Amino acid sequence: MAEEKKLFKVTIDNITVEVAPGTTILNAARQIGSDVTPPAMCYYSKLQGSGGKCRTCLVEVAAGSTADPRPMPKLVASCRTNVMDGMIVKNITSERVLDARAGVVEFLLINHPLDCPICDQAGECHLQDLSYEHGKEGTRYEFARRTFEKEDIGPYIQLHMTRCILCYRCTYVADQLTDKRVHGILDRGDHAEISTYISKAIDNDFSGNMIDVCPVGALTDKTFRFKNRVWFTKPLDAHRDCPTCCGKVTLWNRGDEVLRVTARKDQWGEVQSYDGKPGWICNTCRFDKKKLSDWVIEGPMKVNRHSVISANKYIDAKRSHETIAEVMGGRQPRLMMDIHNISDVNKPGVHLSELPGPATGDTFTPDHNKE
Amino acid sequence: MGRKLLLDKAHIENIRLYDVYRQHGGYRSVEKALKSMSPDQVTEEVKKSGLRGRGGAGFPTGMKWSFLAKPEGVPRYLVVNADESEPGTFKDRYLMEFIPHLLIEGMITSSYALGSSRSYIYIRGEYAWIVDILQQAIAEAKNNGWLGKNILGSGFDCEIYIHPGAGAYICGEETALLESLEGKRGNPRIKPPFPAVKGLWDCPTVVNNVETIAAVVPIINEGGEEYAKIGIGKSTGTKLISSCGNINKPGVYEIDMTISVEEFIYSDEYCGGIANGKRLKACIPGGSSVPILPANLLLKTAKGETRLMNYESLADGGFQTGSMMGSGGFIVLDETQCVVKHTYTLARFYRHESCGQCSPCREGTGWMEKILLNIDNGKGKMSDIGLLWDIQRKIEGNTICPLGDAAAWPVAAAIRHFRDEFEWHITNPDDAVRRNYGLANYAKPLEVVA
Repeated sequence: MAEEKKLFKVTIDNITVEVAPGTTILNAARQIGSDVTPPAMCYYSKLQGSGGKCRTCLVEVAAGSTADPRPMPKLVASCRTNVMDGMIVKNITSERVLDARAGVVEFLLINHPLDCPICDQAGECHLQDLSYEHGKEGTRYEFARRTFEKEDIGPYIQLHMTRCILCYRCTYVADQLTDKRVHGILDRGDHAEISTYISKAIDNDFSGNMIDVCPVGALTDKTFRFKNRVWFTKPLDAHRDCPTCCGKVTLWNRGDEVLRVTARKDQWGEVQSYDGKPGWICNTCRFDKKKLSDWVIEGPMKVNRHSVISANKYIDAKRSHETIAEVMGGRQPRLMMDIHNISDVNKPGVHLSELPGPATGDTFTPDHNKE
Repeated sequence: MGRKLLLDKAHIENIRLYDVYRQHGGYRSVEKALKSMSPDQVTEEVKKSGLRGRGGAGFPTGMKWSFLAKPEGVPRYLVVNADESEPGTFKDRYLMEFIPHLLIEGMITSSYALGSSRSYIYIRGEYAWIVDILQQAIAEAKNNGWLGKNILGSGFDCEIYIHPGAGAYICGEETALLESLEGKRGNPRIKPPFPAVKGLWDCPTVVNNVETIAAVVPIINEGGEEYAKIGIGKSTGTKLISSCGNINKPGVYEIDMTISVEEFIYSDEYCGGIANGKRLKACIPGGSSVPILPANLLLKTAKGETRLMNYESLADGGFQTGSMMGSGGFIVLDETQCVVKHTYTLARFYRHESCGQCSPCREGTGWMEKILLNIDNGKGKMSDIGLLWDIQRKIEGNTICPLGDAAAWPVAAAIRHFRDEFEWHITNPDDAVRRNYGLANYAKPLEVVA
């Protein structure tokens, strides 16, 4: 045990890190942080066996290892591929990856209802983040979207099957956290659905954690349903002495009213760990303790990656040894979205300073430009 | 007349029964292997024979066997993949239905080589009557001392179990098959680890096709080097081809891999030519997943050479101008067939059979099906062709298991070789629902490339 394990050197998008053997590419990239990290919709580091399904974390391996520097022919799922010493990985510096990822986002969205305006997950939805960061602005899908028969899975959890992206995280939660799994994936292919065995209610002390792991709005909190938009609530870290769970939570308040209780999330949207143990919370804490007096408030929630005020604030990000020029090699400066591509107004062809007066709608019509 | 190694006794009456099979030289390979050879020698013979997996991928079997991890104190398993569900492929059904003992014999010999004392046959659920046939064969073999404890006094124990599937194509993928065999949902596993290291119940496992295991019998009987003399190049031995479609004599044929595709289609010994005096339009040479080829590219390679029925020649030219041997499901289309409708049918199949685990395959297959249905119904747009191409490109290679590729390749090949037919469907929607595009230029001789 005393012998120190040799660390593996891996280069991801021109940035080199040293990680322990057995680390996946995704976790190595998470040590670097920022947009070098591939997005993960189905992988959840706290759930064994998760990952590999959504294909958003695909990366290109330009060199397998120092010993065998051949590139891998196919893109690999970074969440399930272990690093080798001397591996060179291309994520956002690879055209192939960006193209494939945009494809995956499009696939995930073609049957998604896009009902964000009435979805409780909006504002903290990983699919929103993913499509904003990696998707295209339009869709080429022209057919009716998939629908499912509605199913009631109990008094606490609301299931919206149409929003589901079949990441399987909730089934892993049920397998690994609760005594008896009563829900799972029924059917196969594009008509596969999350369901309980013959419409049973999910009833277990830790079942509420399904809501926390769900990357989209497929599983939401019934006690919070339509109460408020997430971004209007004020998140507070709090704890209570709970006999069944760690009792460390985030309260989502409006004024003095506790609208929702969730587990604390880390910067990757996953439940935080305490001393190596994931901080899952029990249903009593989550659904029943909705008074401020139940809790000891610690203070405002720490800013995380998914918050709108998080720009450029990365926790625990490793500083790269490479110079900016090296890091930027082969990478385009990031442009969120070119407004001129999708907007009919404000075309670069019209020079506002040359107009005789203030611009009007007519200024940008093609007829006007001809004159 | 090509040599037959697997089906040479298929015509004998009641060969299905043990006594008849034994009289005609059955179970000789087990005797030979268990009495005079070590397990490694059996593997060595299979290696020498150059036998390649008959399930579709064509991976050398001997090599696969030698990859099997052999840790102490951990059981090893042989699993025979009899989940034959590829549209157009029905060779294993024929083999198991008419000479079930050949499979059992091959399994005992292979289990001996691999050190598997419990071997499984994962059989397609729809082959319910074959389950009974195999059960009977296993019982007969056991009664005659070919299965059970201490076979032939060699100290080797072997039991064979049959597990019928529940009707999923995906369970023919080896890791999904193992999941299903373990009693779980048939989702393919993420590789690595490969089954040779962590397979059934996390133990080292070899998954082989029915025909591959059956071919072990003649290899042991005649020796690997003798077997390797049959065939050509790296395509050694004989291959079962299940031919169907618009031909005079559909059925299962055993070929040695030196005959040309033209001979296979037109000779009376095999398919007997195109039915009803029609002309050949296209063909899928290796089961529905492999790329379709128009007649001119099928009979001659792009270099102008005669295309032969073997692994290398069918794959000549890559996917641009070639196809694959695949599982040997030879589907022939004559001039009255519509490639668009045909492609739609395949897309519908893959949409229905996708396990739904990873997103590109789950969503992409359904999308392609809907677009193809639109085109077939005369509601297509010209941009749909480019869209289909883009969708298949984004599925291929980006999925966990090869089903995504299998769904993408037929669509890609149809567009690559029959784009004019797709365009005709879109520009003449009224005609397209009433009549067929016909033969066009697909059967014209290829221009000789200098």
